[in-house]
Amino acid sequence: MTDKIILELKNVSKYYDDTPALVNMNLYIRKNEFITLLGPSGCGKTTTLRIIGGFEEADSGDLLFEGRNINNLPAYKRKVNTVFQKYALFPHMNVFDNIAFGQKIKKLDKKIIQENVRRMLRLVNLEDFEKRSVDSLSGGQQQRVAIARALVNEPEVLLLDEPLGALDLKLRKEMQIELKNMQQKLGITFVYVTHDQEEALSMSDTIVVMNNGIIQQIGTPEDIYNEPKNAFVARFIGESNILDGFMTEDFLVEFLGRKIKCVDKCFPGQPNVDVVIRPEDVKVVPAGEGMLDGIVRSVTFKGVHYEMMIEGQGFAWMVHSTIMAPVDSKVGLRVDPNDIHIMRKEAAT
Amino acid sequence: MKRQWLASPYIVWMIMFIVVPMLLVLFYSVTEQTADGYRFTFDHFRRFVDPIYINVLFRSVALALISTVICLLLGYPMAAILASKEYSRKKILYMLIVLPMWMNILLRTYAWMTLLERNGIINTILSFLRLPPLDILYTNKAVVLGMVYNFLPFMILPIYSVLSKIDESVIEAAQDLGGNSFTVFRRVIFPLSLPGVMSGITMVFMPAVTTFVISRLLGGGQFTLIGNLIEQQFLSSGDWGFGSALSVIMMLLILASMGIMSKYEQEGGGGALW
Repeated sequence: MTDKIILELKNVSKYYDDTPALVNMNLYIRKNEFITLLGPSGCGKTTTLRIIGGFEEADSGDLLFEGRNINNLPAYKRKVNTVFQKYALFPHMNVFDNIAFGQKIKKLDKKIIQENVRRMLRLVNLEDFEKRSVDSLSGGQQQRVAIARALVNEPEVLLLDEPLGALDLKLRKEMQIELKNMQQKLGITFVYVTHDQEEALSMSDTIVVMNNGIIQQIGTPEDIYNEPKNAFVARFIGESNILDGFMTEDFLVEFLGRKIKCVDKCFPGQPNVDVVIRPEDVKVVPAGEGMLDGIVRSVTFKGVHYEMMIEGQGFAWMVHSTIMAPVDSKVGLRVDPNDIHIMRKEAAT
Repeated sequence: MKRQWLASPYIVWMIMFIVVPMLLVLFYSVTEQTADGYRFTFDHFRRFVDPIYINVLFRSVALALISTVICLLLGYPMAAILASKEYSRKKILYMLIVLPMWMNILLRTYAWMTLLERNGIINTILSFLRLPPLDILYTNKAVVLGMVYNFLPFMILPIYSVLSKIDESVIEAAQDLGGNSFTVFRRVIFPLSLPGVMSGITMVFMPAVTTFVISRLLGGGQFTLIGNLIEQQFLSSGDWGFGSALSVIMMLLILASMGIMSKYEQEGGGGALW
């Protein structure tokens, strides 16, 4: 990843029949960056991608490519290529012709086209599939063809719209690693759309969390996970215990009727805050030794850890722990001040 | 086993009104009646090999082909407009195309007669505008016009149905890969719509090549097509043998063109045409 900005959205807005899809979006994308637009369905991430790809026109705002305005540049003239959600392979062509499509339009020499297509097929591990019809391929193979078809044109930016959504878990994990490797090897900027937070965390250089057409937070995966900016981000990325808090002085927050030390400063004039605590940051200790006591209400085995619902002080705590406490037992809960995240209350939505 | 019984009324119907008549036609076409009964003969078919009749067949095929081509040129853009996003929600255009199909072909063709008459509506308007009159009634042009008018919906509807089923993202993918509108149409949309085009061509060509109503009313009987010839044999000349032979020839013609069409349809699916 370099510091050179390749793509920039400035005050971009888009409405569908008065329903906002994107509201005043500002975003820049650096060369060779793996940037992920993450959010629930309807958050505007796909709209953003379609505006960059040229399939949708913004109602207002500017789209800059290497500093030049490309608002009115039709899709076929843009130096970006897209991997579509349902692959959108050409059903009347075989694998080779699908991948060669863009090259044939550019009227490249036949030999060069063949060379390029073969190289791509090697890259996506489909060397013997040239003559196969696309209908005969599995979802994962179709996916690879779609990626090869886009990559063969050596785009400056590759747009990927939930490309792994239709694959099963194991294949998805494999493809995540492959995609990431390809991106690093080829040095192409990836703009990746997904609603899968785990996928976003494991692949991206930068994550853009969106909701209701508004960017909630931009940051590295670590930033987004460890320092969510508001309760929405905290809830969307991983699981969280979110409590209503009250804070009038720095490093001291009041919730569930008690004052507890923390490491954040207060927001002047805004005493009501969200207190976010990750389930894995709540330690289960013998009753009486923690910050508060609670009764274990349910235990679910999740593989690496147990997920427990523990009721304490009128709040149902979600706790992830490798040590299991039996249902109905009384335990203590302890949270390190470092793990208490204080957030400004979201504006009422 | 039980379900197959449900088809029996239709099977009886089919045997009585399709299979038996066809066998009868075949029977009449290869026999002649003598004093002692029926005698096998190929005379009826031999009679057909006469420049007059070959000409009739040729003219039928030619007019049907011309009409089919015009239907395709008019119908494809219409189907594309119908299938486009702007119109797909508005059913009115679709209704306008389908509506005439619900009226009897005889009625619609008679209507054209009055429209095209020397003192008909079209010529009245033309003379009012001081334009030369349109004198095409009882010519080939009127017959082609009648065929195009009557059979156009059969071209539009299959193409429309195929076009509206093409996945929008496939078209976007073609644009994304650098195709301008023309390239996208030529390399993606048109090849994908070929099955619709093929069935449209079949559905226009078949009735056009066999029509006798349109050619008799708008052609004024001067331009006999094979359909008229068959009609004549049965209704005026009473020559059932020759009429049957002509029918068999026409059926073979239809079967042959259907065979050709279905072959192209399969190839179109494989993209071999492009």
